[in-house]
Amino acid sequence: MSETDRVLIKGNEAVAFGAVDAGCRCYFGYPITPQNEVPELLSSLIPENGGAFVQAESEVGAINMLLGAGACGVAAMTSSSSCGISLMQEGISYMAGSHIPGVIINMSRGGPGLGDIGPSQGDYFQAVKGGGHGDHRNLVLAPSLAQECYDFMFRAFALAFAWQNPVMILGDAIVAQIKEPVRRVPPAGAHKPKDMSDLARDWRIEGFGGRGQNAVPRLLKSVYLAEGALAERNRLLLQKYTDMRREALFDSEYTDDAELVVVAFGSIARIARSAVRRLRDEGRKVGLFRPVSLYPFPEEALRLCATGRRFLVIEQNTGQMVEDVRLALNGVSSVLWHGVMPGLFIGAGELIDPILQAVKEKS
Amino acid sequence: MSRTDKCLRPQNDEKLVFDVNSVLNERVTHYCPGCHHGIAHRLVSEVLHELGVADKTILVASVGCAAFTYDYFNVDSVEAPHGRACAVATGVRRARPDTVVFTYQGDGDMAAIGIGESLHAANRGEKITAVFINNTVYGMTGGQMAPTTLLGQKTTTSKQGRSLSNEGGPIRLAEIMAQLQGVAYSARYALDSVKHVREAKKAVRGAFDAQIAGLGFSFVELLSGCPTNWNLDPVAANKRIANDMIPVFPLGVFKDVADE
Amino acid sequence: MPEYQDVIIAGFGGQGVMIIGNLLAQAGLEQGFEVSFIPVYGAEMRGGTANCTVVLDTRPIGSPIVREPLSTIVLNEPSLTKFQPCLDKKGVQIVNASLIDKSLVSREVNSVYIPANDIAHRLGNVRLASMVALGAWLQATDALPLKAVQEALNRVVSAHYAKLIPVNSSALEAGWNFA
Repeated sequence: MSETDRVLIKGNEAVAFGAVDAGCRCYFGYPITPQNEVPELLSSLIPENGGAFVQAESEVGAINMLLGAGACGVAAMTSSSSCGISLMQEGISYMAGSHIPGVIINMSRGGPGLGDIGPSQGDYFQAVKGGGHGDHRNLVLAPSLAQECYDFMFRAFALAFAWQNPVMILGDAIVAQIKEPVRRVPPAGAHKPKDMSDLARDWRIEGFGGRGQNAVPRLLKSVYLAEGALAERNRLLLQKYTDMRREALFDSEYTDDAELVVVAFGSIARIARSAVRRLRDEGRKVGLFRPVSLYPFPEEALRLCATGRRFLVIEQNTGQMVEDVRLALNGVSSVLWHGVMPGLFIGAGELIDPILQAVKEKS
Repeated sequence: MSRTDKCLRPQNDEKLVFDVNSVLNERVTHYCPGCHHGIAHRLVSEVLHELGVADKTILVASVGCAAFTYDYFNVDSVEAPHGRACAVATGVRRARPDTVVFTYQGDGDMAAIGIGESLHAANRGEKITAVFINNTVYGMTGGQMAPTTLLGQKTTTSKQGRSLSNEGGPIRLAEIMAQLQGVAYSARYALDSVKHVREAKKAVRGAFDAQIAGLGFSFVELLSGCPTNWNLDPVAANKRIANDMIPVFPLGVFKDVADE
Repeated sequence: MPEYQDVIIAGFGGQGVMIIGNLLAQAGLEQGFEVSFIPVYGAEMRGGTANCTVVLDTRPIGSPIVREPLSTIVLNEPSLTKFQPCLDKKGVQIVNASLIDKSLVSREVNSVYIPANDIAHRLGNVRLASMVALGAWLQATDALPLKAVQEALNRVVSAHYAKLIPVNSSALEAGWNFA
């Protein structure tokens, strides 16, 4: 493949191209920085591909439109940023409770409140712990390259339909706004859009006539009032969340002989990678473990590389993923933490000292 | 499609003189005695039956007394969060333009928490039909004040009676809808008398006709009785609709682009 | 050509900071480099300083954000004030002499002091100043061949402005020749 096959585009634009190439047919969303290139590009790409693009009146409207389109078994998505994602939580909970698929992009902002539009990983808890009311989980993928913004859209739709569950892509201002070379080619093993409608055949609403005149009407809902019915529903969801664990994804570099393993995700992971490489060049035995799926968290893989190593979690928030790392390691290894405050643009240089300090610190 | 209640079928020498249509099943509803939801359900089901579209219809259920509407209609259905039925219906109809989509919402759902989603779906001219049940109270939660509660009306959250200065006046949604460009049909009728029920049926038909013709958003408001939360018997409740509600909520077709 | 190069480009909004950043990234991509371009929106107000960072690397790029750049292109005074102290000791800065007083330029820093606006003005359009500065940067860093950047103009300039490609190309060359 020649270099001209790679196009220089923003992470947000890669999301939009990835969405249509992965078979997305409906987009619903409300403008918010720093993700506006997603709807701007899709407002032409989706209609050109025969789908529906609706600029909703609010994020509340958008998520419920997504619920409706997902209930029809159609590949659909929305995109927003932190405060907008907060407004969507009710709808996300209903989708999870009703087994309705859909893809939600959160190119997050700094917070709390209106915060700023700088880099932040402050929405980690919201994304991986469900975010909405009741017991529910979203599958969460965290890209750190524009190419991954493209590739992960295929995986996101495949996961949404395989598990009939909301899938969230959690990015930030860096991966949203960065321009990098992107190959617009479906990743190896990507499903075809047709596979999704096949997966939906057994549960989607469509008008019962599509299944023959005597077909039993279908109902997608989350309310279960009869005695024991909700417990049964939650048991089913628990089973689903347990089975989902096999979807865990991670990346690692230099962990084999590392004395200290840095754990970081998303944009911070790539900045940490630069710092780790620089320290490797100086002969320091440091490695990098990057959770690619934040839910399910790759706890098994993390445990496998735990023995005899110490861990330093670096994240751009006041301490969120560190809790999942500690839970995964369950006291087997010591886990240190370095927080980068939301809103800061940091380079690899700022991570050198914290890593060196962790190397020196006795457990 | 449960025809479980066999006791309702003709026994021995009994002759069947009235039957439900195939769009509505015979499950006994959870509605209170004298409630008008049953009549509204029947009107909608009859229209879907007459139009022969039930097999491609999708019902978007709301939250309130009508939450379990899908238990009685033999159509594919999806539940919407409180107030969001018109947004969910937008998603359904945009994803599946070949279907007939309707929402069935109460006054709290559509005119309070969901007025944003409702007006914007209407303004975009979404090809969906909204059936709006206006009974001036929140029924399911116990008779609290609704956006359509009449001035002076006492409810469990407006014990002194609704006042213009404190709670504002009743919202007239059919008139508001008629102002929006995307709306093809907007009407209000009542379910308190045989005459009014017949008019209401025509309005429900007009609303679905507008959707099927692809003219835009269609809306029909039905003034309904809630004897339980009004503390009235069913007959007195019907009288309240005629005497107190209709003067505030005039009946008629406010917009019908098919007629223009 | 170096295996790794990075640059922070900064100036007033409207001076062409983002355009030359994009052009450089596109040219790097076409030359087979891994590249990243990131606009940094700080707390600056509209019309204040805008800046972007471009990284060219022969290996996959880790951090796209650079705090001690190997080079900078500063088109106005506030940008010089902000980035001159961060510049890597071995780095080079391209300083717009038309708008930045020489007394502000540190003698300890390797600088190309080029009257970009005046050169652009002589070429017929002061808005070409950023291209002039980029030309000087190419000469000073040897990061990419001039020809490659001139060629990449065909991808970065939209069809609507295609007639301006030759004059932009001349501006790059004028900057190259100055440095």
